[in-house]
Amino acid sequence: MGRYVIRRLLQMIPVFIGTTFLIFYMVYALGDPVNAMFAGKAVDPAVAAQIRHQLWLDRPLWEQYLHYMGNIFQGNFGTAYNGEEVTTLMGTAFPNTLKLTTVAFSIECVLGILLGVFSGLKRGRFVDTLVLILTLLVISIPVFVIGLVAQYFIAVKWHIVDPSVAYGSPWQDLILPGAVLASVSLAYVARLTRTSVAENVRADYVRTAVAKGLPRRRVVTNHLLRNSLIPVVTFLGTDLGALMGGALVTERIFNIQGVGYYLYQGILQQNSPTVVGFVTILVIVYLVANLLVDLLYAVLDPRIRYA
Amino acid sequence: MSTASSARMTTADTTEAPLLQVRDLHVEFRTREGVAKAVNGVNYSVSAGETLAILGESGSGKSVSSQAVMGILDSPPGFITGGEILFKGRDLLTVGREDRRKIRGAQMAMVFQDALSALNPVLTVGYQLGEMFRTHKGTSRKDAKTKAVELMERVGIPGARERVNQYPHQFSGGMRQRVMIAMALALEPDLIIADEPTTALDVTVQAQVMELLADLQREYNMGLILITHDLGVVADVADKIAVMYAGRIVETAPVHELYARPAHPYTKGLLESIPRLDQKGRDLFAIKGLPPNLVRIPAGCAFNPRCPMAQEICRAEVPPLFAVTEADGAELAGRGSACHFWKETLHG
Ligand SMILES: Nc1ncnc2c1ncn2[C@@H]1O[C@H](COP(=O)(O)OP(=O)(O)O)[C@@H](O)[C@H]1O
Ligand code: SF4
Ligand SMILES: [Mg+2]
Repeated sequence: MGRYVIRRLLQMIPVFIGTTFLIFYMVYALGDPVNAMFAGKAVDPAVAAQIRHQLWLDRPLWEQYLHYMGNIFQGNFGTAYNGEEVTTLMGTAFPNTLKLTTVAFSIECVLGILLGVFSGLKRGRFVDTLVLILTLLVISIPVFVIGLVAQYFIAVKWHIVDPSVAYGSPWQDLILPGAVLASVSLAYVARLTRTSVAENVRADYVRTAVAKGLPRRRVVTNHLLRNSLIPVVTFLGTDLGALMGGALVTERIFNIQGVGYYLYQGILQQNSPTVVGFVTILVIVYLVANLLVDLLYAVLDPRIRYA
Repeated sequence: MSTASSARMTTADTTEAPLLQVRDLHVEFRTREGVAKAVNGVNYSVSAGETLAILGESGSGKSVSSQAVMGILDSPPGFITGGEILFKGRDLLTVGREDRRKIRGAQMAMVFQDALSALNPVLTVGYQLGEMFRTHKGTSRKDAKTKAVELMERVGIPGARERVNQYPHQFSGGMRQRVMIAMALALEPDLIIADEPTTALDVTVQAQVMELLADLQREYNMGLILITHDLGVVADVADKIAVMYAGRIVETAPVHELYARPAHPYTKGLLESIPRLDQKGRDLFAIKGLPPNLVRIPAGCAFNPRCPMAQEICRAEVPPLFAVTEADGAELAGRGSACHFWKETLHG
């Protein structure tokens, strides 16, 4: 197990370098940051050259990248579009996004798995068909449509909640945005769980569990679910990163000052420290989530652990 | 039908009621293709300490009938449409769900064919064995583990103390089947049903596992039902044999008599299809054709399209299980044949 962890950690290094370099390259290709800084107004070429030199912009791309990464590992993420430290923006943005993601992830796990298990056990019955149709509907409608419609009815028309999330993102304000953010993933989790449960319910080892005279509850939880949820857990883990990325749309709809908001501003202002810094953190979150999933997978499935 | 019922009393001791008595059992599967009649009026009995072998080609309803006895039939699509399953004098088909569950595992247990798929891949062998004690007896987790080790030692798994925490895939096929047997044995049931317990194993291991089953059965004086499609496997172990075809029992006999003198053309065909050293190179499969589609079982004797002896009556009348006697009419205890021409088959 220890060797497995080390191997996985080592595998993360090239992935981290590859993705961050790609981001760095793409931001570089966005345009001239010095021009953007002065909002396209004419700049004294000498001043521009001075700034370029300070920002290492006159060096080859790979040198810029190394310089930037070196700074990041010393906690220096540079200055954001509004003159503040990027780390200050992160301090505001990440807690909000993290809270939103937590709410969405909880809804996704609990509701998705419950629906999936229920329809998997009742395959072919009415509940099952209903879940299949509803989840297909959710998957085929774009998230921003779901978000806007939900906001219109639940917040604007029926006044059940406020249409926009208050400053500091209190938990109760995040339930509706969380549900919207979770919706598509939830539908996928429900379908995946359903398929997995329906497949395993006819498995020989489930029949053995019944033949042992175990109570039905134990057959379902200890035997059926213990196996059926392995692929679901894998999906959930990789989806955690996707949720944080997907939060961008939801944050705009419900006016949440999270990662999506600042990332969007950074792109508009062509401010590379903001964009690259935020994305780098997202990449790290994504990689760590994936590592945890793999470890969890090994814990859940001994055939992997002892392979 | 008086002949049929007399043949049914196959136990040596007729004064004591047998442990398990299956009477006129019917099971059907309601599928999209139609109603598959998998079991069509099966009768058999097993007493304590007795071994009944059920023999038949794949698809003849052996597993389904034993699943009905255990109460683990896939339902839907499977339904028991008639009959009685008397276990220690009580008809299990009238017993409530919860009581039925408590009988499973504790009083009757099952050994499945493929232990690799029949054991849960993600739980340790010790956990799966201990579960028997924990759910049925309320034993603590720790004591259950001790009991699991004892059981593993009992069925001859070396290094049980270390291996109790391993997972099924870490065992060899033979050792895995021993785990299955240990699980069935855990609560010392009165009846064990072993559904092709050695089919998935190497030939050398088959004999060891079969021997283990037989030893345990003698030691605990259990009733044992051995399901197989391979007559060679059970010959040394079984007391009596019931041959199944298309959901019916077509012949019953003490094991050595069936071997020596079959009274049903189907049994005869099965025996001739066993490979023998002195018949090298000859056609092994004496029975032509395939078993019938259970949605459309042929009228009359279900075997008639494949039977070399079939006559007009075979296509018209379903043969009951006739009591089989010697040519002079002397009784042959426990013998029965569902063939209109059993006399011709047995006596030539
Ligand atoms: N789960 C099921 N669904 C539909 N039909 C089934 C099912 N299980 C068994 N059957 C039917 O019952 C017949 C007998 O099966 P089985 O008892 O397993 O045969 P075997 O004698 O090989 O053990 C099969 O040929 C099939 O038609
Ligand atoms: S009843 Fe007829 S068809 Fe059936 S086994 Fe006997 S001879 Fe063959
Ligand atoms: Mg079978």
